[in-house]
Amino acid sequence: MSAGSIPSGKVRDPGYPTKSENYLTNSKGILSWIFTLDHKRIGVMYLIGVVLAFAVAGLLAMVIRLHLFQPDGAVFSGPKANDYYNQVFTLHGAIMVFLFIIPSIPAALGNFLVPVMLGAKDVAFPRLNLCSFYLWVAGAIFFISALCASQLDTGWTFYTPYSTSSNSSVILATSGAFILGFSSIFTGLNFIVTINTMRPPGMSWFRMPLFLWATYATSIIQVLATPVLGITLLLLIAERVMHIGIFDPEFNGDPVTFQHFFWFYSHPAVYIMILPAFGIISDLISVHSHKRIFGYRFIAYSSIAIALLGFLVWGHHMFTSGMGPLTTIIFSALTFTVSVPSAIKVFNWLATMYKGSISLTTPMCFAIAFIFLFTIGGLTGLHLGTLATDLHLHDTYFVVAHFHYVMVGGTLVAFLGGVFHWWPKMFGKMYSEWGGRIAALIIFLGFNLTFLPQFVLGSRGMPRRYATYDPEFAYLHQMSTIGALLLGAGLLVALVVLLHSLFRGKRAPANPWGGATLEWNCTSPPPFYNFERAPIVGDPYDFTTIEWDGENERYVTVDPEREIAPEEKPETEPAHAQSDH
Amino acid sequence: MSTIEAGPETAHNADGHDHDHPSFLAHHFDTPEQQFDSGKLGIWLFLVTEILFFSGMFCAYAIFRMLRPDVFEGCSQFLNTKLGAINTGVLLFSSLTMAWAVRCSQVEDNKGLVGMLSATLSCAMIFLGVKAIEYSHKWEMGLLPAGLFVYDPANPHPPGQPNYLGYICAPFALILVGVVIWLIYSIVTANKFQVAIAKPLTVVCLCFFVGVGLGTVLESGGSESHVGEDHAGDTHAATDEGHDHADGESHDTGEEIAGVMVGPSGDPLLIVDNDLDVKDESAVRQRLATDATNSGLQSEIEARQRQSSVAGTSIVTEDSEIEGAIEKVENEVLTARQAGVFFSIYYCMTGIHAIHILAGIGVLVWLLVRAVRHDFNRQYFGPVDYVGLYWHLVDLIWIYLFPLLYLIR
Repeated sequence: MSAGSIPSGKVRDPGYPTKSENYLTNSKGILSWIFTLDHKRIGVMYLIGVVLAFAVAGLLAMVIRLHLFQPDGAVFSGPKANDYYNQVFTLHGAIMVFLFIIPSIPAALGNFLVPVMLGAKDVAFPRLNLCSFYLWVAGAIFFISALCASQLDTGWTFYTPYSTSSNSSVILATSGAFILGFSSIFTGLNFIVTINTMRPPGMSWFRMPLFLWATYATSIIQVLATPVLGITLLLLIAERVMHIGIFDPEFNGDPVTFQHFFWFYSHPAVYIMILPAFGIISDLISVHSHKRIFGYRFIAYSSIAIALLGFLVWGHHMFTSGMGPLTTIIFSALTFTVSVPSAIKVFNWLATMYKGSISLTTPMCFAIAFIFLFTIGGLTGLHLGTLATDLHLHDTYFVVAHFHYVMVGGTLVAFLGGVFHWWPKMFGKMYSEWGGRIAALIIFLGFNLTFLPQFVLGSRGMPRRYATYDPEFAYLHQMSTIGALLLGAGLLVALVVLLHSLFRGKRAPANPWGGATLEWNCTSPPPFYNFERAPIVGDPYDFTTIEWDGENERYVTVDPEREIAPEEKPETEPAHAQSDH
Repeated sequence: MSTIEAGPETAHNADGHDHDHPSFLAHHFDTPEQQFDSGKLGIWLFLVTEILFFSGMFCAYAIFRMLRPDVFEGCSQFLNTKLGAINTGVLLFSSLTMAWAVRCSQVEDNKGLVGMLSATLSCAMIFLGVKAIEYSHKWEMGLLPAGLFVYDPANPHPPGQPNYLGYICAPFALILVGVVIWLIYSIVTANKFQVAIAKPLTVVCLCFFVGVGLGTVLESGGSESHVGEDHAGDTHAATDEGHDHADGESHDTGEEIAGVMVGPSGDPLLIVDNDLDVKDESAVRQRLATDATNSGLQSEIEARQRQSSVAGTSIVTEDSEIEGAIEKVENEVLTARQAGVFFSIYYCMTGIHAIHILAGIGVLVWLLVRAVRHDFNRQYFGPVDYVGLYWHLVDLIWIYLFPLLYLIR
């Protein structure tokens, strides 16, 4: 192996996998994919699934924005126009939340990465893992059948009493969400057990990459919060079928109880969406700045802190629903405490970039966009957590803009960054770097053009979920629609860049970015068994031994020359015997 | 390729198993201990999700019991404590046999393992049999969730009801017939393995009908039928129609003051009725207010008494024979809008618990087959252990359900 300009030493590089090792090609045929227990193949299947779900929900979003291009509605017309609008925004929200954002990073990227990063051969329960995937597929089928049957117009939150009286297919959709919940629970359970029991020797808790910490925190939420959603949706189905009178005021039920139950899951679910994104960004920033992550333990602990605090703040979704004044004050105060660990992370990322040697690669462009967008999303959350301002802003476009900044500007951008970062590892192909950067730029601009005007709209009083609006809001809505088209174009460019690489891309080296975590120690793509033997576990953010090999366009690990001391061979005769001579 | 080249083809054959692995050890685990620990952590986490799953319903129970204590106390009288107690005992015993089964698998006592698993399964079936009696009896009386609640105290056993018990028993009878046919077939073909499975399963299926019989005997000799007669003879017949109060809450309006606790009162309550100075409150409320901790209800009653004394009219005298429109007022407790909530929660909680019993029966049958196949040994008894933990949790949830639903007195 020629070292080129790299310093002398023992060069470590796994090279390329053979066809029989490569997890993509080691067994052939559609059945080898359908019944695979390999976490990497399951991860790839999830990736395809969530991207399809995202495409469907994204097209629905385009329809919403196009309809809002004119004050009276541009797309739908006729007496049922507003009904159609309700159905479109409901399905956009429900599909995005349940089928895309929640499984996107933990299930798709997490499945691929967790065992490889950890140095394990597979997740703890591979069959359960496959089962989770098929539960996801079943849930998706339920949602699609809801779409085909009589639509759904309750909003993704299924608030009672409307959801118990609406004529649309609430039962199909809630059954879908119930099944998806179990998919999510099993994935989380699998990751917790994997991280607890499958760590190889040397992989202590504080040598784990931060993505694993984030996944662990996410899994805790998935395991603890999702069952509550399950029972809530089950009771909602029972309410519709038998009128059990728990949520339905017609039978002395209490709709606010539904909201409590629902948000007890759905607020922690917000952290299911954003925590893995934090994990991705922590890794991306460090690797592409070629600098040790600043405040490793703070980032790790703040993930856990967010996971736990996230359980205590659900009431801030219900400030206007009728809770006691003291309750609202307590929930408001708790809401502010969650912003502390989030801010810790942002400061640590900035401190990591400071004086780093930043490579402005595509993943890094997405990571920087994430910090910018997430900060806006997080800071506007404070306005909504404050009681006085929330009364004004509740159920306006301000809320819509806020959570899109967090969910799209945060999770989606981090997901894209993660996909671009690990794409060479997953498929063994390098994409066009310029194409990726241009996609990142278009997405960033399009996103801001879409949602910045919505803050203004909301603070001026434009309510959310309305199909028509006052003409005075027209130009802001039109800006937003143009931005949405731009955002869609950017996403399309990103997709084309990635797909193009599959056919025309250069073969990826094992370590194209200079990462120090374990996944870069196996070949690209990894062999189906991940590691022949338990790998040597080092510091995940120690880049001192990683050098750029310009000749082969790759990073390699250069172990300094080590000598076995003492150098001289021991005498065959003991010393006291020599002294006799 | 320096490190990877060390011959992966030899170590990883097509099914991904290393040759030095014992057959029960999955390929991605290094040691049986690691595999056992993973499974154990996994099942504990699963049990946590189960608890949270039920916690939603326990919360609903707490909220509605807090809002309407009288409804809960009244409706609870419809539940047959004897049957509930029998079921509690059956489940506790099944927990014992399950724990014993785990022990048997650890010491490689295969015969004992098969026996203990069959005993656990039989207890589960008895539980379901008793439950079938309870459910079908209540359905016949129309004691259903709020939307379907049609119970009429004047006519607690309306004729022409479908044979609910028959419908519940039919699938179990079919399974029993199937298992018996299988047993005969496997005896005829002299398939020892299948006989060893089918024999205990036949006993297990029969146990469902043992449970049904047990339930029938206790139900007919139990107090519940008397309760029904009490309603029939009760002059304070509750009428459902025409009293759609804007506030469904349990606080009475002036006219409803006569709403004496009707219907579901078992004997003890009736005695209380007579003893208390039933002036303007229902007996249950009075009795609940005697508890010093229930200060809210006490002050409410106090305020009400003051109000009526200020008004200077006593609407109802102690003589409960009096005829008047006031007594036709919708009774607070036994309307669809009120009592339905209790039965909704009752059916949701016990129904989902029964589904968990059914799931437990499924995995126990799977264990039984594996036990007959001699799959378990000193190093590999994880599945029995995990199913045992699950079974104890299902048992534990019933231990909470029983007093919360049956023993409100």
